[in-house]
Amino acid sequence: MSLQQFMNEAISPWMKQDGPDSDIVLSSRIRLARNFSHYPFPMIAAEESLEEILNFFKEKFEHQSFRDYNDFEIVKMRELQPVEKRVLVEKHLVSPHLAEKSEHSATLISQNEQVSIMINEEDHIRIQIYFPGFQLDRALAQASQLDDWLEEKIDYAFDEKRGYLTACPTNVGTGMRASVMMHLPALSMTHQINRMTPAINQLGLVVRGIYGEGSESVGNIFQISNQITLGKSEEDIVEDLHSVVKQLIDQERRAREALMNRSGIQLEDRIFRSYGVLMNSRIIESKEAAKCLSDLRLGIDLNLIDHIPQSILNELMILTQPGFLQQYAKATLTPEERDIRRASLIRERLQLEHEE
Amino acid sequence: MECQQCHERPATVHLTQVVNGQKTEVHVCEQCAKEKGYMNYGEENFTLNDLLSGLFHSEGSSPFTGQTMKPYQQATKLKCPTCGLAYQEFARIGKFGCGDCYQTFDDRINPILRRVHSGNTRHDGKIPKREGGNLHLRKEIDEYKVKLKTLIEQEEFEEAAKCRDKIRSLENQLHQGEDGEN
Ligand SMILES: [Zn+2]
Ligand SMILES: [Zn+2]
Repeated sequence: MSLQQFMNEAISPWMKQDGPDSDIVLSSRIRLARNFSHYPFPMIAAEESLEEILNFFKEKFEHQSFRDYNDFEIVKMRELQPVEKRVLVEKHLVSPHLAEKSEHSATLISQNEQVSIMINEEDHIRIQIYFPGFQLDRALAQASQLDDWLEEKIDYAFDEKRGYLTACPTNVGTGMRASVMMHLPALSMTHQINRMTPAINQLGLVVRGIYGEGSESVGNIFQISNQITLGKSEEDIVEDLHSVVKQLIDQERRAREALMNRSGIQLEDRIFRSYGVLMNSRIIESKEAAKCLSDLRLGIDLNLIDHIPQSILNELMILTQPGFLQQYAKATLTPEERDIRRASLIRERLQLEHEE
Repeated sequence: MECQQCHERPATVHLTQVVNGQKTEVHVCEQCAKEKGYMNYGEENFTLNDLLSGLFHSEGSSPFTGQTMKPYQQATKLKCPTCGLAYQEFARIGKFGCGDCYQTFDDRINPILRRVHSGNTRHDGKIPKREGGNLHLRKEIDEYKVKLKTLIEQEEFEEAAKCRDKIRSLENQLHQGEDGEN
């Protein structure tokens, strides 16, 4: 398979689209946790009970369509090879938890891969929807409609006082986790993000570094999401998150401008060095790749590099993870072999831009 | 400094946690840290387990004393009739077994919910369409009542009258619905 072909299949269609503020916001996600009433939650449920729920979804929702989300395909985890599961995790279509407890778990995926409905995760149902760029309101509206669509056929565990009942008390109420994935290179280079985090926490929101331990973020990619799910409406939660993200976008833009004004040549040097590493390295670890890709993307956003599309960061952050590398190689690879593969995949991908 | 957990070994693990803006300091020995799961990183559950263990002990006197206390002992007998999950087990894993657990452990979970959700214990969001029934009406009435109050404050009496009529008609609808159910 050619790289072009592999990429076409590997990258979800919605990821190739541009969204509002997509120079900083990579994607917006809404996740709703729901459970069947009268069924024990998956953690303690008997096999038969879990199978019943699985069969219910297969019967009622397989190959169904709702709005833009066509032909839901049911993917049972037990029918997948480990590397296939890993790829689904790397595409964020299923959680690591779902892939691990694979005996009775599955996911319903819409054709455009924008919607994934996980079955028998920690809760019976986890509806997930993604939009490119900063589109929280739209994501919430669509998620809520999908939720109504499921509710036509499912009796949810719901309580007037506590709301949607979930296995973990951290999700009860709305069962909603709204999150936004942001590329914040200037705020993290200047250490401003660390200073802003406590204030953001005060608002019941969490900042997490992605692809790194704790709050350290390898590719300068951060996920901002709500922690509180009880006592506030979905709209209010999303509004709070929205306003914080809006401020972060403004701050990041300002920090980029300041960096360019104050140390333009140093920044340019850093960006082009990273570009050079990506173009020429023969061995590259994921950490270094993430750092260089972040620099490259910043260079594109600052118009220092103009022949490479913005989507390169999203794309290569996903393609250079272990699961994808092994799928592309069609072999199990040791970490050392992966680093070699990663370097050659990145070179090949950048080469595609030169040919055009 | 001695370990807050076992009060035997010296505290060598010092952690500061910020959850919803509340800062907690933890000083424990390595052994206790491992047992309590403080050595794991990044898991959402870690925070919750920590909150839970802190809470159960603090119901009596000071946190982390490790002594068995009365409310805790009472709680251990509590069991969900539907799924069989004991309260003690819930306290250990921080997960419910079924929807009915919320009813069963009702009074006991308020402090946990308050900690996790910035003081909130009651749902104020979406209501399922089919199942929600009268909840939708009641919510609508509440919203009109808030509106009515603002209108009166702003001395918009004509609008306020309309709003009051709307509330009355919704309340009638609600009572009819409730009679019909019986
Ligand atoms: Zn100790
Ligand atoms: Zn139960």
